[in-house]
Amino acid sequence: MATATVIFAGIAIVLAILLIVSSHYLSTTENEVIDKIESLLPRIQCAQCGYPGCRPYAAAIVTDKADINLCPPGGNETVRRLAKFLGSDFSPVTKYSTTANLNEIAFISEELCIGCNLCLRACPVDAIVGTHQSMHTVISDHCTGCRLCIPPCPVDCISLVSRNA
Amino acid sequence: MLKYPLFQSFYGGVHLESHKNTSNHKQIARDFLPSRLIIPMNQQFGSDAIPSVKVGQLIQKGEVIGKPAEKNTTAVHASCSGRVGAIEKHPVPTAGKVSTSTCVIIETNDENNIAAQKPPLFKNHLDKLTAINHAGIVGLGGAAFPTAEKLNRKSSHCEMLILNGAECEPYISCDDLLMQEHATEVLRGALAMMEIVGAELTVVVIEKDKPKAIEAISNAIETIGSKCIRLTDIPTMYPTGGERQLVEALTGKEVPSGKYPIDVGCICQNVGTAYALDCFFQLGEPLINRIVTVTGQGVKNPQNVAVPIGAPIVELIKFCGGYDGEVSQLILGGNMMGYTVDTDQLPVTKSTNCIITTKKATTPKPFEIWPCIRCGECIPVCPVRLLPQQILKAYENKNFEELGKLGLSECIECGCCDVVCPSHIPLVENFRKAKHLRMQEIKSSELSNAAQKRYELKTQRLSSQHANTEKLHADLKESIKESSKNDMIKAAVERSKKRRDKK
Ligand code: SF4
Ligand code: SF4
Ligand code: SF4
Ligand code: SF4
Repeated sequence: MATATVIFAGIAIVLAILLIVSSHYLSTTENEVIDKIESLLPRIQCAQCGYPGCRPYAAAIVTDKADINLCPPGGNETVRRLAKFLGSDFSPVTKYSTTANLNEIAFISEELCIGCNLCLRACPVDAIVGTHQSMHTVISDHCTGCRLCIPPCPVDCISLVSRNA
Repeated sequence: MLKYPLFQSFYGGVHLESHKNTSNHKQIARDFLPSRLIIPMNQQFGSDAIPSVKVGQLIQKGEVIGKPAEKNTTAVHASCSGRVGAIEKHPVPTAGKVSTSTCVIIETNDENNIAAQKPPLFKNHLDKLTAINHAGIVGLGGAAFPTAEKLNRKSSHCEMLILNGAECEPYISCDDLLMQEHATEVLRGALAMMEIVGAELTVVVIEKDKPKAIEAISNAIETIGSKCIRLTDIPTMYPTGGERQLVEALTGKEVPSGKYPIDVGCICQNVGTAYALDCFFQLGEPLINRIVTVTGQGVKNPQNVAVPIGAPIVELIKFCGGYDGEVSQLILGGNMMGYTVDTDQLPVTKSTNCIITTKKATTPKPFEIWPCIRCGECIPVCPVRLLPQQILKAYENKNFEELGKLGLSECIECGCCDVVCPSHIPLVENFRKAKHLRMQEIKSSELSNAAQKRYELKTQRLSSQHANTEKLHADLKESIKESSKNDMIKAAVERSKKRRDKK
C-alpha cells in the first residue's frame, strides 16, 4: 500500500513538473495569438469592423473580448474559422450596407481629379500615388477595394470597378 | 513485324461500356464545306495570334490569317477559301469552358483549291521546328499543345516515341478511322517525328477493341518495312490514352508529378498529329482540317467528318442529318473528359475531337446523390493514386491547405472515381470547382498578405512621423521656455540695476 502510494505520488510529481516546464516552453504569447487571428481575417483593412484595421480588430478580440462577428468582408466563413480557433460560439456576421471585397478595386477618374491628396492619405495600404496639385491614380495590384478613399474625395471622382476587367 | 512487349497495365482505371460502333462503321466524310467559318485567334497555350487580314479581303484556303504573337506559338490559317466577313469577338470553346476570343469570320466560296503548296524544304533542325509552328500544327489528341514545342523538349534523351492511338474514350472513333484509312501517312508522320527527336523506336499503341485499325497499321508497318516501328495492342481500359498512363503501361515507369514523359525518356504524340505532320511534309499543307466524331443518340447520321477548323457546330450537325428529336445535351470531347456546352453556335477548334449529342427521350434520369459511405471504391481506380474520398471531404470543409496536400492539382479529371462511386457523387464536378476555388483562395491570400505588409508599413511610418513631430514640438517648447526664462531674469536684473543706479 505504502509503496503504491509512493510510486503514484512520484509519478504525479514527475508529470506535474513536466507539465509546468512544458507549459513554460510551449506557452503562446498574446502577440502570437493576435498574429494568428489576424491571419484568419481578410486583411482588406477596410475598417468596416469599427476598428482602424485588421490588426487592431484582432488585438481587440484578444484584449477586450470584442465580438468575433464584426468583419463584414470575411462573412460567416471567417466567423466560423475564428470560432473554431478560439473555441467560442458561432453567430452570424453583422450586416454592413456595402461590403468591401477583393473582387473590386478603386478607380480614379483622371480628368476629374483635382490633386487634393485626400484619398492618398485615406488609403490604408498606400495603393494611391500622386502629389498635391497633380493627378492621382490607383495601383490596382495594391488596392484591396476597401473603399476608404471614396468618402474623402471632394469631387466624387473615385468609383469601384471589377478587379479583372 | 515485331511487337513491343507490354510491361503491364497502369495503376487504377476502369472498364467502360463502348459506344464506338455508333460512329465507326462509316468512312470518314470528306465533303463537308460550311458556308461560314469562325476561326479563333486564341490558342490553348500562349498568347493569341494577331489577325493579318482585313475585312473584305479575298483569301485562299491555306493562307495565313493569324500571325503567331510569340516565338513558340502557332500560326492560324484559312481552312476554306472565301472572303473575310468580319473580325470580331465570338464565343469559342477553350480548355474546358466557353470563353470569348477574337475570331476571323470567313464567308466561304466553293473555289476550294488549296493555295499552291510545295513540300517544304528545310535548311536545318531549327528551321524545321519553326516551319511546324508556322504550319499551325498542334497536338490533335485534345490538348492542342504546339507540336514543335513538344518535339523540342530536350531536357533528357528521348528513347521512345509513343504514337498514341489508344483512344480510350467510349464514344470517340476519329483516331480509329484515321488509322484504318491513312495508316501509311500516319506512320510516315511518326518516322518524321522520330527523326526530329532522335529516338530509335516508335511504338504505336492501340486498344484491343479496334481490330481493323490494328490490322491496317500492322500491314502498313510490313509495307514500310521499318524495323524501328512496333505495334502494341493494349487491353481496353480507361484512361489508357492519358500520356502518363501510356508511359506507365509500356515501360513500367511512373512519370513523377510535375515532370513530363520526356523525363523518363518518352514522347507521346497522337496519331492525328502524325497525320497532320505528314500532310505538311509531303504536300506543304498546313493544319486546316481535323477529323471530328459526331455521335450520340441525338444526331441522325452519326459519323466521322473531316471538318475545316472554324466550322460552326450547327452546320456540322446539319451535315450529319441534323438533330434527331429534342437534344438534351451537347458535349464537346468524350463523355468522360469532355464538357457540356449550351449552344451549337460555336466553332470546331483544333482540340475538338468529338461532339456527343444526347437525346432527351432516351436519356435516363440522373441517379440520386447520396452521402459518401466511405466504401473506398474510388481509391484503387484513380490512375494518379489520389484519395478522391478525402479530397471530397477537404473540399466540403473548404480546407484548402489539406486540398493542396492531397494533390488536388494532380487530378486529371478522368472521372474514374465518378464511375465507381456507389453513392453517385459527382466527384469530378466537385474537384473542378475545388480547383477553381483553391486558385482563387491562393490569389486572394497573396493579395491579403501584401495588403497586411503595406498596412503595417504605413502604420509604422505614420507612428514614427507622429513621434517625430511630437518630439519636435516638445523640444521647441523646452527651448522657448529655457530662453525666455533666462531673458526674463536678465531683464529683471537689468531693470533693478538701473533703478538702483538712478537712486
Ligand atoms: S472589417 Fe475590414 S478592417 Fe475589419 S477585420 Fe474585416 S477586413 Fe479587416
Ligand atoms: S485605393 Fe481606395 S479602395 Fe483601394 S485600398 Fe486604397 S483606399 Fe482602399
Ligand atoms: S477524376 Fe481525379 S481523383 Fe478521380 S480518379 Fe480521375 S484523377 Fe483520380
Ligand atoms: S466511392 Fe463514393 S461513396 Fe465510396 S468512398 Fe469514394 S466517394 Fe465515398
